[in-house]
Amino acid sequence: MIARIAWKNIWFKPLNTALSIILLTASVAIITLLILLQEQFEKQFDSNIDNIDLVLGAQGSPLQLILSAVYQIDAPTGNIDYTEAKTWMKHRFVQTAVPLAFGDNYKGFRIVGTTTDYLTIYGKGIKEGRPFAKNFEVVIGSSVATKMNVKIGDKFFGSHGDAAEGELHEDHAYIITGIAAPTGKVADNLILCNIPSVWAMHDEGAHEHAEEDEHSHEHEHQDEAVTEEGKEITAVLIKFRSKMGIVMWPRLIAQNTKMQAASPAIEINRLFSLFGIGLQALQYLAYGIMFISGISIFIALYNTLKERKYEFALLRVNGASRLQLLWLVLIESLLLCTTGFIFGTVVGRIALSLISGSSESEFKMSFNPLEFVWQKEGYLFGLTIFVGILAAVIPAVKAYSLNISKTLANA
Amino acid sequence: MIVTKNLSFSYGKNATFSFPDIAVPSGESLLITGGSGRGKTTLLHLLGGLLRPQAGEVIVEQTNITGLSEKKLDRFRGRHIGLVLQQSYFVASLNVLENVVLASWLATGKQATEKAKQLLQQLDLQDHLHKQPSQLSIGQQQRVSVARALINEPGLLLADEPTSSLDDENAHRVAGMLAQLAKQYGTALVIVTHDQRLKDIFPNQISL
Repeated sequence: MIARIAWKNIWFKPLNTALSIILLTASVAIITLLILLQEQFEKQFDSNIDNIDLVLGAQGSPLQLILSAVYQIDAPTGNIDYTEAKTWMKHRFVQTAVPLAFGDNYKGFRIVGTTTDYLTIYGKGIKEGRPFAKNFEVVIGSSVATKMNVKIGDKFFGSHGDAAEGELHEDHAYIITGIAAPTGKVADNLILCNIPSVWAMHDEGAHEHAEEDEHSHEHEHQDEAVTEEGKEITAVLIKFRSKMGIVMWPRLIAQNTKMQAASPAIEINRLFSLFGIGLQALQYLAYGIMFISGISIFIALYNTLKERKYEFALLRVNGASRLQLLWLVLIESLLLCTTGFIFGTVVGRIALSLISGSSESEFKMSFNPLEFVWQKEGYLFGLTIFVGILAAVIPAVKAYSLNISKTLANA
Repeated sequence: MIVTKNLSFSYGKNATFSFPDIAVPSGESLLITGGSGRGKTTLLHLLGGLLRPQAGEVIVEQTNITGLSEKKLDRFRGRHIGLVLQQSYFVASLNVLENVVLASWLATGKQATEKAKQLLQQLDLQDHLHKQPSQLSIGQQQRVSVARALINEPGLLLADEPTSSLDDENAHRVAGMLAQLAKQYGTALVIVTHDQRLKDIFPNQISL
C-alpha cells in the first residue's frame, strides 16, 4: 500500500518525474553503452589474436600493421619480399607462419591470399565444400556467404584495392569452393584464396595498365602458374613454438632485415590505453549526469515536502508510523531510480545496436546488444540505488521527524 | 468515550494552559468553545494524542494515552481516534475512495473498501468516489474527512473548527451528519469551535 501511494505520488507530478527519469536514463544509458562496448570490443580484439604471437610486415607503424594484417581494418604498411620472408618463416622458433597477400575486394569484403593454415588459426575449418587448391578458387567467410547470398560454385569478379568501387578485374573470375565455419572473428568477413591467385590477378592487371607505377614490379608473363621469384606479400602471421621468439624477434628482424615484427598484444594494449582516455572522459560525463539526476530527485522531493507536510501529518493522524512515512519518501526515490535504470539499460542497448550497425558496415565489427555484463551492470544498479537513497535521505528524515501537532495547528 | 483529569500544557514559560476535566460517554457529544488563544486546538491535540500534556491523564476507551510510546500512540490513534480539521487534507494523488480506504488500511492493515463506499454514500458523496479530492468543493471535502475519520469506527471523534470555513447551509449539513454518525457508531464526539452556529445543534457545551 505504501508502495502504491509512492507510485501514485510520482505520477502525480509527471514533469518532475519525467525530468528525474530522463536524467537518470541518460546517465545509465551512457554507462551501460560504455560497459558493453569496452567489454565486447576488448573481447573481440583479444579473441582475434589468440593464435598470433607476432606479425611480420613492412616497416611503418606497428599499430597499422596489426590493424591491417590481423583485424583487416586499416591499409597495409607496404609489401615485403616473399623469398626473404620465407627464410624467417622457416626459423626454428616458429610453429606456424601464415603468409598474407592483400589485393582485391568483392563488394567491400577483402580478398586475402594466404594458405589454408589461416583457417586453422581462426577457427573451425570449412563448413561446406572444400578449401581452395588451385588459383582463383576461394573459401568465403560465413558472414560473407549470408550477406552476399552466394553459394558454392558461384563466380565473381574482384575489385582492385580496398574500396568496393575499385576497378574491376574482369580477366579472372573467382570461383567459390568452400564456405568457412562461423568463428565470430575477422575470418567471417574475408574471402580467402591462395597467394598465387593474388599475384596472377595483378600481373595481368599491371600488364594491361602499364602506366600504373605501383604495379611496375618485375613479373613474368605466365598464364596461371606464377613463380615465387621476386614476388611480394603483405604480411606474415606467426605463432611461435618457443616464447623466446616473442622477445627476440622484434630486434632480430629490425637489425637484419627491412621488415618489422610487431606484437599484436602490445599494440592492442596501446590502442586500448589510447581509447581509454576518451572512454574515461565519457564515463566521468555520465557520472556527472547521474549526480545531477540525484540532485534533481532531491530537489523534487524536498520541494513537494513543503506542500505535502499536511499530507504526512494526516497520514500520521490516521495511524501511519514515522517509519512508514520514511519508507514512503524512500520508495518514491527508489521507484524513480529503478525506472531510470531500466530505461537506461534499454536505451544503452538500442544505442549499441545502432553503433553495431554502422561499425558492421565500416569495420566489419558487430556488437551484441543483448549481452549482459552482470558484474559491472550490477555495480551500476547499486550505484543508481545509492544515488536514490542519498537523494531521499534528507526529505525522508524530515518526513520522519515531522511535528504533527505544530503542522496541523498552523494550518 | 473519553475522560481527562487535571490536564495542563505549556508552550514555554508564559503560555501555560490548565484545562477543565471533561468526560464524554460513547454516543454523546461535547462542544468546547472559547475565543482564539484560549487553547482550544491545544486541548484537541492533547485529546488526540498529537501533543503530550505536561501533567494529567487522557483516557480514551479505557487506555491512558499519555503513557503510550510514540509507535503505540500512532497505532492507537489510527485505530480509536478520528480527527476532522478545519481544513481538509488528503493524499493528493489518491482519489476520494482511496483516501478513505487508506485510513482503514493504516489503522487495521485491511482495506475496508465496501464500508468506505457505504459511508461515503451516507454522506452523499456516492457520485464523487473516483474524483481527486481537490476537485471537490470545500463542503464536500469536509464530508470526505468525516467519512475518513469514521471508517475505523473510533471510540472518539475529534473535530477542530469543522464548520468554520463553510457557509450556513453546508455548516448545518456537516454538523448534522457529525452528530448523527457519532450517535450511529456510538462514538464520543468532541468539537472545538468558535462557530456560534453550532451552539444550537450541540446542547452539551463547555467554554474555555
